[in-house]
Amino acid sequence: MSSKAKLPPPDGFIDATDVVCPMTFVKAKVALEEMDMGGVLSIRLNEGEPLQNVPRSLKDEGQQVLGLQNNEDGTYNLLVRRAAE
Amino acid sequence: MATDYKALKNGGFMRQIQKDNFSLRLKVVGGNLTSKQLKTIAALAEEYGDGRVHLTSRQGVEIPFIRLRDVETVKEALALGGVDTGVCGPRVRTVTACQGSEICPSGCIDTLSLATKISERYFGRELPHKFKFGLTGCQNNCLKAEENDLGVKGGYNVEWLEEPCTLCGVCEKACREGALKVTEETVLFDRAKCNHCGRCVKSCPADAWRGQSAYLLSFGGLFGNRIAKGRQLEAVVTDSEQVLKLADRALDFFAKHGKPGERFRNTVDRVGWEEFGGHVGGEMS
Repeated sequence: MSSKAKLPPPDGFIDATDVVCPMTFVKAKVALEEMDMGGVLSIRLNEGEPLQNVPRSLKDEGQQVLGLQNNEDGTYNLLVRRAAE
Repeated sequence: MATDYKALKNGGFMRQIQKDNFSLRLKVVGGNLTSKQLKTIAALAEEYGDGRVHLTSRQGVEIPFIRLRDVETVKEALALGGVDTGVCGPRVRTVTACQGSEICPSGCIDTLSLATKISERYFGRELPHKFKFGLTGCQNNCLKAEENDLGVKGGYNVEWLEEPCTLCGVCEKACREGALKVTEETVLFDRAKCNHCGRCVKSCPADAWRGQSAYLLSFGGLFGNRIAKGRQLEAVVTDSEQVLKLADRALDFFAKHGKPGERFRNTVDRVGWEEFGGHVGGEMS
């Protein structure tokens, strides 16, 4: 799985595989809010529930979800650009 | 004069074990009451009840410990405060609903407006036995659609749009049915596996999935003395008016074939699902 547009290198990284819903989203949201506007955050997520819900929740917050990178270990890195306050 | 318990029950007065005390059932649609209605209810519970209200299992509200002599007074006061009384007995009961797409991020249909239409059309209608409608906005099924005589579950008919798609792969992971495969060039969509949950639409960061509201109907659910899951109409309905037409036909079928005191499910089981399907115009899975 890869993105049509090449994914940009992230400006920051957060591991959200050590928490569960709803902290997964909260952790991602807080980390994203610490980024500069336009900055790209890579969020490591577990497969399943977090991957189904976190991209959508960030999108609903007005953030720009760029794509997924499969880490081939049951986790994915979700790349998100900070586009909203 | 002898107490007309049947008339009281029609008006939602449930006899209590305490002599001459009634639990007054109120009309609620989709679990919504305004603050003004709540204030009216609170004041009457204070003045005529024992100061509490009971929240029923189907989003209803009852004021217990209303004395028989106060019944008419309380009814009038409720009406002034914009509160109607509920119903019991063999008729269409409270129409339940989750918050739906107007409030909940997961919602695919506007459950409250459809619940209001259904309640306006059928609430209190006499039938061979009680008849319950329940509406839920999505596959999460918070409102347990299939427990109801007629359940409505929201979904989406989905369509993939190539142009805005970035092939990011989020939809493939969001889909729980294994209906999507994102390749280097395209998205492969196995429609036969799609359960209309709409998670692809909700999760897509590029708005590359379009969703049209769809209604998944189930008939004959029971969750009381007998437990039976409502059977789903195979066809997906995309027009809320069509939901009402199908409901009309289901209720007419029940009115025509049901024996007094027989639940809808038992009527359809007795008369036959094929015959019922022929009457409403669709097969059940």
